Amino acid sequence: MNRDSMIPVVGVLTKVTRETGDVNTYRVEKPGGGKLFEHMPGQCAFLSVPGLGEAIFSITSSPTNQEFMEFSIKRTGRITDFLDEGMEPGQEIAVRGPFGNHFPVEDKLKGRDLLFIGGGIGMAPLRSVVNYLLDHRADYGNIDVVYGARSREDFVKYDELTEDWPNRPGVQVHLTIDRPQEGWTGHVGFVPAFLRDLAFTSDKTVCLCGPPIMIKLCLEALTDMGFRKDQVYTTLELRMKCGIGKCGRCNIGKKYVCKDGPVFTCDELDDMPDEY
Amino acid sequence: MLKLELRHLGALLDALAGQGKVYAPFRQGGRTDFAWYDGTAGRDAAALDLEHHTARAPKDVLFPQVEDLLRFRQQGKKLGLEAAPLPTESVVAFGVRGCDTAGFAILDKVFLQDPADLYYRARRDSLTVLGLACGELEETCFCRTFGLDPAAPGGDVDLWLAGGALYWQARTDKGRRLTEALGAAVPFTDAADTTADTAAGAAADAVPPAVAAQRDAVHASYDRLPLAELRFDDRLYHHEREAFRSPVWESLAATCLTCRTCTYVCPTCHCFDVRDEKTAPGTTERYRCWDSCMDRDFTQMPHGNPRKGKTERFRQRYLHKLVYFPEDHGGTYACTGCGRCLQACPVSLNIVKVEQALAADLGAVGAAPDGKGGAQ
Repeated sequence: MNRDSMIPVVGVLTKVTRETGDVNTYRVEKPGGGKLFEHMPGQCAFLSVPGLGEAIFSITSSPTNQEFMEFSIKRTGRITDFLDEGMEPGQEIAVRGPFGNHFPVEDKLKGRDLLFIGGGIGMAPLRSVVNYLLDHRADYGNIDVVYGARSREDFVKYDELTEDWPNRPGVQVHLTIDRPQEGWTGHVGFVPAFLRDLAFTSDKTVCLCGPPIMIKLCLEALTDMGFRKDQVYTTLELRMKCGIGKCGRCNIGKKYVCKDGPVFTCDELDDMPDEY
Repeated sequence: MLKLELRHLGALLDALAGQGKVYAPFRQGGRTDFAWYDGTAGRDAAALDLEHHTARAPKDVLFPQVEDLLRFRQQGKKLGLEAAPLPTESVVAFGVRGCDTAGFAILDKVFLQDPADLYYRARRDSLTVLGLACGELEETCFCRTFGLDPAAPGGDVDLWLAGGALYWQARTDKGRRLTEALGAAVPFTDAADTTADTAAGAAADAVPPAVAAQRDAVHASYDRLPLAELRFDDRLYHHEREAFRSPVWESLAATCLTCRTCTYVCPTCHCFDVRDEKTAPGTTERYRCWDSCMDRDFTQMPHGNPRKGKTERFRQRYLHKLVYFPEDHGGTYACTGCGRCLQACPVSLNIVKVEQALAADLGAVGAAPDGKGGAQ
């Protein structure tokens, strides 16, 4: 790497899409057009708000998208609040990445039937994988997507979920919301219970992202359904400052989530100290 | 090996300053610490202290306490970005003990591991280390626990203070280049002249009697130290799970003040923060600075903190040095036995105490020798 990993590049925000009450999708391009850098599904990048600092986010768009990168970001703190309130199209933004490993789209997922399980903003990294697979459709088997949100209004990229993916060959999308809602005819209930209802066969390879409690309960459900932990890929989220395994923040055991992760199989998590 | 009369130390410092900035141990106010040589009072040849150990490790010569990374300039929607230039100025670290050169080697494993940190690498490339063999040892020294030899400092040049003279042995190409560059500016004599053995070839490697005697004396005084026989228990890093779950953490951490002094004096601690500071309208400087995994906010995220209490953070610091780092680096502990944490901690916590308590606990548990095994 010629450029230091600590130094970002400047991109330009070209579109901000309000997805839900607290999630926006930010589209970033190179000034003059095109992607800032290549990445793989599941990798992350830091966005800078000068004066407030940097925070790391998963890259939501597919690597196959050569025009732009997208980040779906929920408001949770100073930097994400500023992105929501202080950024508008045309604004230049510093981006540093890509960092981390990725979902194993070149080998372990190839030729497999795949089950994606997302909860809330946890769908963001999975969206990158699903769209990558759809652009290399012949290389992968059937795709099931199970996605849970608090309400109808809390699904990120609802149009894609309801109008694009279900119309692709071999793709099924199963949505659920936490509580009954006027006008909602789909499933109601939490993801782990929904998984058991859907009774998937245990020959699928699973990509699971969401809040820690959802991951834990989904893993219990999957185990009961006959899945092995090494069939289940998930991502960890820890505080990070450098992205290259040096600053010490995302250290768990001998792993650094920023470079050894964020994607781990659930049996790899079993080997790590319980600090995530 | 070369030899220099001690009355020429001033000439040596000046000649070194001609080759780069000189970082050396100076004694001021009853305390010895590394500082930049500039010839002013307290930072001159008269204050140079090659006898006492330094309060801090000289790690900041490679990993500064604060280091600029870049400057943002905002104008409307435009964002300019200037990376801080890589530090390329030559630096000579003078009088670095073996425990601290070993500290540099551990920092190398962190910062030069792919992807390398370019700022660190630039500092490393432009640094020449003049190692200094120990004379007087501290009661808290335990470098031999890690296979180090207090009489073999492991610099680019190694120095011995013996028989009223400074002995100088270049060990690496960097060291040889520096030695050549000093040339006639420093009145070195050939130390081999003082030995009986003047056979061609053997002379260059021969150890002058004064150095040999000083080496023997240091080894003998090491044998009398309280921690001379201290060994770290390798079972620790083969039993991460048991070490993590040990009940000793609660009681050990109970008295910790989380003052972070241990972190800052340690030659191997390398956690850092990255911070922004608005220095003028539209201008933001981004820098990194030392941080500590003992800090409450270190792993704080909007949705929670995976290390909620002091015990978890205390455990992280020690397990990183005793277990995680050796697991990842072929059994090398992230400790060099410098003993600073034994001296600096206001409540007498330190890595020796922690290691002993943990090893005793794992011994009692009777940890199985199969790595991750044992109680679930």
